[in-house]
Amino acid sequence: MAKLRGRGYASVNYPTGMNLGGDPSQALIHSTTTGTFVVSLSSVDLGQGIKTIAAQCAAETLGLPYGNIIVDTADTDTGPHCMGTFASRGTHRVGNAVIMAAAEAREVMLEVAAEELEVDAADLETDGTGFIQVRGADEKRIHITDLALAAHFEHGRTISGRGIFLKEKNEPVPETGEMDPDSCQAHACTVAVVEVDDETGVVEVLELHNAYEMGRALNPAMAAQQVEGGAWMGMSHALFEATEPYYPARDHGPRDFSEYLMPTAADIPVQRSVILERPAANGPFGAKGIGEMTANAPIPAIGNAIFDACGVRLDSMPFTPEKVLRGLDELRGLDELGDASERAHAPATGHERP
Amino acid sequence: MNHRVNPIDKSYFAGERRDGDFTVIGSVVQRSDVLGHVTGRTEFFEDLALPDMLHLKMYRSERHHARISGLDVTEALAVPGVVRVLTHADIPNNLYTPLKLIGVGPDDEPILAEDTVRYLGDPICAVIAETEAAAYEGVSRVRVDYTDLPAVFDVEEALAEGAPLVNEYQGQNHFIYEGHHCRRIRFGDVDKAFAEADHVFEWRYQSAPIEQAPAETTGCVVVPQADGRLRVHSDTQACFFTLDNTALILETPFNKLRVVGGTVGGGFGGKVDVVVEPVACVGAMLTGRPVKFVYTRYEEMQVSSPRAAERIYIKDAVMNDGRITGRKVTLYVDAGAYARHSPYGTTKAAAHLPGPYSIPNVWADCHCVFTNRTPSSAMRGFGVTIGDFALETQMDRIARELGMDPLRLRLINAYRDGDMKAHRKIAEGTALVEVIQKAAEMVGHELPDAYRRMSSTHREGR
Repeated sequence: MAKLRGRGYASVNYPTGMNLGGDPSQALIHSTTTGTFVVSLSSVDLGQGIKTIAAQCAAETLGLPYGNIIVDTADTDTGPHCMGTFASRGTHRVGNAVIMAAAEAREVMLEVAAEELEVDAADLETDGTGFIQVRGADEKRIHITDLALAAHFEHGRTISGRGIFLKEKNEPVPETGEMDPDSCQAHACTVAVVEVDDETGVVEVLELHNAYEMGRALNPAMAAQQVEGGAWMGMSHALFEATEPYYPARDHGPRDFSEYLMPTAADIPVQRSVILERPAANGPFGAKGIGEMTANAPIPAIGNAIFDACGVRLDSMPFTPEKVLRGLDELRGLDELGDASERAHAPATGHERP
Repeated sequence: MNHRVNPIDKSYFAGERRDGDFTVIGSVVQRSDVLGHVTGRTEFFEDLALPDMLHLKMYRSERHHARISGLDVTEALAVPGVVRVLTHADIPNNLYTPLKLIGVGPDDEPILAEDTVRYLGDPICAVIAETEAAAYEGVSRVRVDYTDLPAVFDVEEALAEGAPLVNEYQGQNHFIYEGHHCRRIRFGDVDKAFAEADHVFEWRYQSAPIEQAPAETTGCVVVPQADGRLRVHSDTQACFFTLDNTALILETPFNKLRVVGGTVGGGFGGKVDVVVEPVACVGAMLTGRPVKFVYTRYEEMQVSSPRAAERIYIKDAVMNDGRITGRKVTLYVDAGAYARHSPYGTTKAAAHLPGPYSIPNVWADCHCVFTNRTPSSAMRGFGVTIGDFALETQMDRIARELGMDPLRLRLINAYRDGDMKAHRKIAEGTALVEVIQKAAEMVGHELPDAYRRMSSTHREGR
């Protein structure tokens, strides 16, 4: 009995957004008299971080610090329409809408600053710390806190903006499947290293190596969170999860987390990930959506690694110890009771890596 | 701030990057919600505790497929603390389908069962009580007489002649796509490709339903307002989608509802369906009091729509040099008893075929099939995750059969800018070649020069 090690590969792409009925999201932005900008949305943060990304997009476009942005979201009385958080669309749709709204607000901000400083708005720039200043003469400047107050009480202007992103409705052609469902594609390649215990059938994932192309990582720490969290989910799908373990039989359905097994901290493999960026022409600062795809490549990579390790080809998920052992028995020419059958004998190991 | 980042290799696509002088984008800023999450101070919908709040619990079908021949709620109503029991007669517009908002029909799912249940867990009546304990006690006293009907659980058996009809509103055990029995892809001529191929490989793949498993289960608290409106605190993934669907079910003007949410303890697709808000709203309207309806973990795992099980057959035409010249895919998505979002997921699955490869001849029939099980619906990677399992296992098998390096096989077939995909969209912004090259480098998997020089922006010799 031995622990057999193997390596497997998988490469995938994934669409950003999926359009059937037209796919819009809106954003509104306005400055309070304190120079803080409120981004109003109805988008939902599931934990993936859309509130943070929306604030980053607004801050970058306005040329103001991240701390000057408040995101107020998900009240249908106060936030403009969003289709929802699904289809890896949030960063792309909402990011674009926020950029459009913030660009409009920035234009007003610069106009008011030009009046206040008695200069041409085209000569103004933001310094990223809160000042609007004359390009090349930065002693002539005003802070957003003072400007916002002046806009309201002296100039009678609202520093505000409206934004929307719409992917228009596209109907598939029923005969051929011709369609334009998405906005761009992100890419990934995963290499999994596993160890298979040929006595128990237990598979341990030792390493996951990921290369991701995501257009642009707007917040690299949150990108890492998506890549690594998704890899965990993919590993969990690969090895553990099913609400109907003997599908299509309906029996033995798990009722809680003591019966529905998922990996815990001790099961998490070493992960090494590298990000590539090929900015998407239609993405916010080039970003593509990776919220969903990060669970995908690890599954076949692990399955292919199991084959590499022990010669068992698993064509049904999840890859439970029972399936691994049945596969090993078949390779050894053993039947269900563990007796040698007359079927062809095949070694459990010895698969050459190409 | 201590944080983990993955390195960004900017040597790839250097000519296309316009990094400019970003001040916030590309930087690590702390997640705006993280301190609240890790200190337990973030407010979720369940943190709303109102003094006069009622609790709703569902009595659900104990059969896979049955006629309801009798329903008796007398004993449930007699439980101290039980205020009301809702049945289908209380729901203004009891029949719906969530994608009707974008023109997908027919309505095929009752909010509360009328005369038939179609899966184990189909909701039949809702017990509303002063306490959770009283609501559970009420549920345990509901009496239903069932007359069992034949049930079908396997997608191919469901499509066979003579199979029991799962959902009479659909009329057959599959969703109809504009007059077709499935979502089709027809690109090139696969039969010619098979006839001319050096090898033809065909394998079958299968998955089982998977639970989204959010930390926070699906739920809502509905609070009647002084002005007659309803404020719905929900962990939905889509506030307006929930609002619009709920208003249609309640037959009220849309502006009678206000959905408040946006801070959710994990969704993974499981909170896109509209399964708690409508009945909780009816309860709040009929009692004039706040009503809370939140799924138990059991309901989340066995009743709330999981990722669909899929069965996939892939047949490939392959040349000795590794080029895949034809790919035929037959996909069966197990939608369970009701459509929910499965017609959309099946179309998304079709658009993803044949994977990230340029294959000149592609044929796909993607069936959205009804069976007598918990309806499946959206989950992270909707329509794609299981397809990728099948496609990438298929690629590994082909490489093994040909004795080829599995990465070189993928590089030879990788799609590039300008290629027409099977759904007749021209590929742009592709980067499959580069992620494979990078992954190979990361693990010391050597590729010959010709493969390292490949690029997504152009094809060799073109």
